[in-house]
Amino acid sequence: MTERKTETADSPGTSVLSAGWTPGSVTDKISGIVLGRGGPWTRGWSEHWRWRTAILLTFSGVLVFLASSTWLFMRGVGLFGVNIPVAWGFALGNFVWWIGIGHAGTFISAILLLLRQRWRTSINRYAEAMTLFAAGIAGIFPILHLGRPWFAYWLMPYPNRMELWPQWRSPLVWDIFAISTYLLVSLLFWYVGLIPDLASLRDKARTRGKQLAYGLFALGWRGDAHHWHRYETAYLLLAGLATPLVVSVHTVVSLDFSIGNTPGYHSTIFPPYFVAGALFSGFAMVITLAIPLRHYFNLQGFITLRHLDLAAKVILACSLIVAYGYLSEIFTAYYSGDPYEIHMTEDRFTGIYAPVYWSYIFCNVLVPQALWWRGVRRKVSILLIVSLLINIGMWMERFLIVVQSLHQDYLPSSWGLFVPSFWDWIFLLCSIALFVWLFLMFIRYLPMISMAEMRGLVQETAEENAS
Amino acid sequence: MRHPPAVRFHETTLQDLPANPHRRRLLKLMAASTALAGTGCTQAPPEKIMPYVNMPEGMVPGDPVFYASTLLRNGFGIGVLVETESGRPIKIEGNTAHPASLGAADAQTQAAILTLWDPERSHTIMHRQEISTREAMLSMLIQRLDEESQTGGRGLRLLTGPVSSPTLLSQINAMLMRFPNAQWHMHDPADSDARAAAALQVFGVPARTLYHLEQAAVVLSVDADLFGPSADGVRNAHDFLAARRRNPRARMYALESSPNLCGSLADSRQAMSPGEMENMLEMMAAALSNGAAALSNGGASLKSSSWLNRLYRQLLRARGACVVAAGHSLSLRAHVLVWHINTMLGNLGKTVYALEQYAAQQPGKAPGSGSQTARPRRPASLPELTEAMRNDQVSTLVMVNVNPVYDAPGMLAFAPALEHVPCSIHTGLYYDETGRRATWHVPQTHELESWSDAYSHDGIASIVQPVIAPLYGAYSSHELMSVLASGQTASAHATTRATWQEFWQARGEAEFEQQWQAALSCGVIASHDKLHTLHPLQGAFDALKAESGAQPDARPPNPPGVMTPSAAKPSSATIGITAVLANDSNLVAGEFANNAWLQELPRPYSKITWDNAALISPASARQHALCNGDIVSLSTADDDTGILAPIWIMPGQANGVITLPLGYGRSHAGNTAQGHGFDVFALQGVNGGLALRTFSVTMRRTGQRHDFAVTQHELHTQGREPVRNVETRRDSAPSNSSRVSEPARARARSGENETPSLYPGHEYSSYAWGMTVDLDACIGCNACAIACQAENNIPVVGPEQVAMGREMHWIRIDLYREQSGNRTQFQPMACQHCENAPCEIVCPVGATMHDSEGLNIQVYNRCVGTRFCSNNCPYKVRHFNFFQFSRNDPSAAAHANPDVTVRQRGVMEKCTYCLQRISHARIQAQKAGRPIRDGDIVTACQATCPTNAIVFGDTNDPDSEVSRSKASPRNYAVLEELNTRPRTTYLARLDDPAARLEEDDD
Repeated sequence: MTERKTETADSPGTSVLSAGWTPGSVTDKISGIVLGRGGPWTRGWSEHWRWRTAILLTFSGVLVFLASSTWLFMRGVGLFGVNIPVAWGFALGNFVWWIGIGHAGTFISAILLLLRQRWRTSINRYAEAMTLFAAGIAGIFPILHLGRPWFAYWLMPYPNRMELWPQWRSPLVWDIFAISTYLLVSLLFWYVGLIPDLASLRDKARTRGKQLAYGLFALGWRGDAHHWHRYETAYLLLAGLATPLVVSVHTVVSLDFSIGNTPGYHSTIFPPYFVAGALFSGFAMVITLAIPLRHYFNLQGFITLRHLDLAAKVILACSLIVAYGYLSEIFTAYYSGDPYEIHMTEDRFTGIYAPVYWSYIFCNVLVPQALWWRGVRRKVSILLIVSLLINIGMWMERFLIVVQSLHQDYLPSSWGLFVPSFWDWIFLLCSIALFVWLFLMFIRYLPMISMAEMRGLVQETAEENAS
Repeated sequence: MRHPPAVRFHETTLQDLPANPHRRRLLKLMAASTALAGTGCTQAPPEKIMPYVNMPEGMVPGDPVFYASTLLRNGFGIGVLVETESGRPIKIEGNTAHPASLGAADAQTQAAILTLWDPERSHTIMHRQEISTREAMLSMLIQRLDEESQTGGRGLRLLTGPVSSPTLLSQINAMLMRFPNAQWHMHDPADSDARAAAALQVFGVPARTLYHLEQAAVVLSVDADLFGPSADGVRNAHDFLAARRRNPRARMYALESSPNLCGSLADSRQAMSPGEMENMLEMMAAALSNGAAALSNGGASLKSSSWLNRLYRQLLRARGACVVAAGHSLSLRAHVLVWHINTMLGNLGKTVYALEQYAAQQPGKAPGSGSQTARPRRPASLPELTEAMRNDQVSTLVMVNVNPVYDAPGMLAFAPALEHVPCSIHTGLYYDETGRRATWHVPQTHELESWSDAYSHDGIASIVQPVIAPLYGAYSSHELMSVLASGQTASAHATTRATWQEFWQARGEAEFEQQWQAALSCGVIASHDKLHTLHPLQGAFDALKAESGAQPDARPPNPPGVMTPSAAKPSSATIGITAVLANDSNLVAGEFANNAWLQELPRPYSKITWDNAALISPASARQHALCNGDIVSLSTADDDTGILAPIWIMPGQANGVITLPLGYGRSHAGNTAQGHGFDVFALQGVNGGLALRTFSVTMRRTGQRHDFAVTQHELHTQGREPVRNVETRRDSAPSNSSRVSEPARARARSGENETPSLYPGHEYSSYAWGMTVDLDACIGCNACAIACQAENNIPVVGPEQVAMGREMHWIRIDLYREQSGNRTQFQPMACQHCENAPCEIVCPVGATMHDSEGLNIQVYNRCVGTRFCSNNCPYKVRHFNFFQFSRNDPSAAAHANPDVTVRQRGVMEKCTYCLQRISHARIQAQKAGRPIRDGDIVTACQATCPTNAIVFGDTNDPDSEVSRSKASPRNYAVLEELNTRPRTTYLARLDDPAARLEEDDD
């Protein structure tokens, strides 16, 4: 190790990167996970039962998801527990929840990049992948819940003989644009970031197939200074493009509700409150994924306690904004004097869905307060529990907004109840399985930490240390 | 030859097959099988299908043709117009000329079209569960009758339902002449034997009651279901609302053991058990015969005695212009008391008529016209028949359109008795419980498939005219009866014509053919006979006085509210309670059990679909710790028969009374009826030859539960104002507007100050459609819901889907109830066609749009099913096809309205203001080169409403009826604070504080 110090930089050991890493060892470590012979999936069952069980379970979930979707398309959307008055149920709740999770990735990549937050480096890649998968899954749900999903494309403007266009006043049309733009930009951003790493993998791959596959997607990257220059510019530009989308996508999603006149939907607080909620659940998911990853692949040196600490701080801040949103909803309901709003609010407190309400208040407002303590933020096991609770709590919040607002609206004669059906649960659980499966596939075939940026980080910290 | 010709498929071929056929041969066999499977099973149509060479005159495909006909309800005629499309009957409307309809129709009449097309109706003659033929049946019958004629028909019995048809009555008469020892029995499960016996006792002849509610100033309903699904329900509703609109406003008071439609209209109502009602009638009769100005309170421990006193004074003040109506739950004595009270109040012949029943009228004599000559024998009762059957005195039993195995009182044990009858012949629409037990079953035609005739409840004759050939090869009961009467078969057409030919000849009136055609085209046979009421026999009421001394002990066992000792402690296993058997508001006594529209129609008060429920009051439920859906076992006092029934807690129900609706628990009425509800007839007892409607039962908890499919869960207004009341002023001035007091006027105004909207408004240069619904006139009868279902091809979804909240009725009847249950208000709620429609803004594909005449239209083939519109609809009147709900089997396709799209799964639907009727009127107007006139468009709900509560028209025309209606100070919009500006507005209910019986003055 000591000889190497003269030739290349060696990380001096900072809060975001442990000591003793060189650019070479970083690349070896990360690419080794994907390519390494004797890598973490090449040994037997006894060694890898956790990995293989996870793959088996989640892939079964994916198959069930496909089969259930087929059945759903054959039979109709009545398989869900939705009814009149609660015409939107789990599907829409899941949609908002997944979109929220798909928020943190772009936030970490784009906004933290622009803000030059160095700690983003080791978590941005997998956070972006998480974003992409979550947003993609989110995009499936509105189609699954359509009465006639085979006409989903009618929501998009396309030239046709009948000169029929979407109805532009509907927030669902805005939604299509917001989500597809977000997906597209997130994909581009993620892919552009991947290019240098794909080239590294191409170079390190031993089999022809891998060389071809990675080589194809590496777009002829040679590590040329010109390449780097254009790459940096493109990456920054994309970051700039993605930044407003972080805000816009969930704002538009929230408009799906606040444009409606249903008490519980019709609220001007929704856009900021939804964005904060999205970051909240997104960061919770980042932590939920980071902890098992660093544990399983021994990445404690890359994803350090400092990372977890910082993410936990973001969660704490978001939790406070979300709590403010909850309070402000209650306040405006009573302040408006509107009997329908007041009834809806009181129904949240004491009605049939009150257990859900109080559970998410516990998960989203009370539990994150533990993060005020540094000890908690740096205690991995507690952090994992907190982040899981927040994920559940945010799902319950989405569910409550979608369902509870609808079940008792204006005319008491039309009040009803939503009871989730077997299929509602299947689709929720299988969407989680699909997400995890996609993520596992990502870990298996792509570098989960940006090697190029990590090398830069090693260099930078070494230089800082030297100076 | 290398390729043998086609394989011959006879029985040996299969055996000839080699055990291991060669590949070629196997493939050939498979190909042949496939080809045969594809061609073998279709049948050539039995007739030649030809296009019209010469178009029948007046028939334009796509243009509906209306035929006047008559449907039967409890034997009486209800005049209808049947809309046929290319020869297929698709919709029933009331007949304006017919006195039982006056243009309106109730839910059962509307739903008859579904029964007509029901593919589960009986198709074939059955003999001991085997398919048989008409020839076999006829030769058997003729042989049988020959044998019977040797004893003068001693063993021959005829069992019918109630009959008013002069043709059928004359056939019965002829049969009884031919077989002098034969007996005719009559069984009507929907009627009360006590009522019939009381009428017989008072008038000496079987009689029925006819009310002239339009003459009434005060109506007292003593558990009477005046507006229920009986032959006169529609007319009563129409008449009473006419009296309500008069000045001074007619008053209604209701004593009810369980809420029925009278209670919602009543100025004041009280829940009472039938026993308590009898006490009250007793007091009233006593006071009246003493000429007292107040009820004596002696002995009666009635909580509401001051209320009753005020009621009594109201009746006294309205002598000769009041009605006391008795319901089916009352005892024989109570019915006699009611006749006595009506007689003493001078109502007989003014507001209350007694008309003779079952006299096999020579058609020349309208019922009640007073002719007493040649009185035929009256029908005997079902208990007498059962007795004779059990004693093996019956050798041939002919049951025409009755189902006693199901609906005879359980105590009679009719089914076992039927085993004693060597030859029993049943005719009916369905191969039902009786059909299966009888030796012969003959499918009977629906009223719309064969010729007959009927009298209305008030004695107007009309012809039952077929509008389609029998769909399932059924036979008219007249055909069977003509064999019984004359030994010859004769067509229903011939017999019916013969009856009327004779009638007109006897009257010396104009040419037959002309009269006949006139009768067919207008749907009634004009009669100038004045109605005369029967008069009570001399001393008919003396018996009452004689009994009244000994009376208190002989009363129905349970003074209401007072439990038997065992019930006093709720922990005890058995609870004594008074059971009241009630006609179901949808299925009546089971006749309509296989009608999915009526099954899925929510009951007016409980909103239960697809089920009957044992109704008990909240207090009784608390006392016995029962919840909705708890299954209890009910058994008769002597504990030998019992049924299981789920409980439904009904506010407004009398304490200590459990109401059991009839008509459910069918075992063989078709797949729609199968498996729903419980059979109450099993519990019914017989006392003194009368089937009991009220008796005490023992109730036990079972610990089991049943889930109901209910359409409305919240009945309290929650401080919101979907329904509004305005009080009438004391100084009752004539017009509606001046009767509304000023503060009320201010509260009930609508749309006067328009609040701004983000989106631009709409301009209407031609028409602007609108609707008003008068909450003062809505009686909650549900007729509009079924009319809408029939008109608009609305699918049925089944109880599981209803329980999930997916019912499809475009118009629902909301019910709001005060906590006490004593004041209720119905509100028909359909798409409000908002000017600022929240649904239009949120649809991403523009599937719901505003049209140039103000309609909010739903474009089914553009809808992708996001359901955002429903979420955004504050009235929640949109309905979604969560599955493929609409059926496309041949019978459903045949009676679907061709002018209305049948919706696919995954699309939203809702009220269109009967867009197809608007289009039709527009086409007619354009052809005539004139604008659409007010009244050209009548929506389906409006047409069928018995009380004309719904008004539809052009709001651009200031003189249209709807504009005038909207100008009423009672006009208001539901949820107007949301600025949706609905086109359907409501007229607030009028509330007459003076009529409430709350204070002692006037």
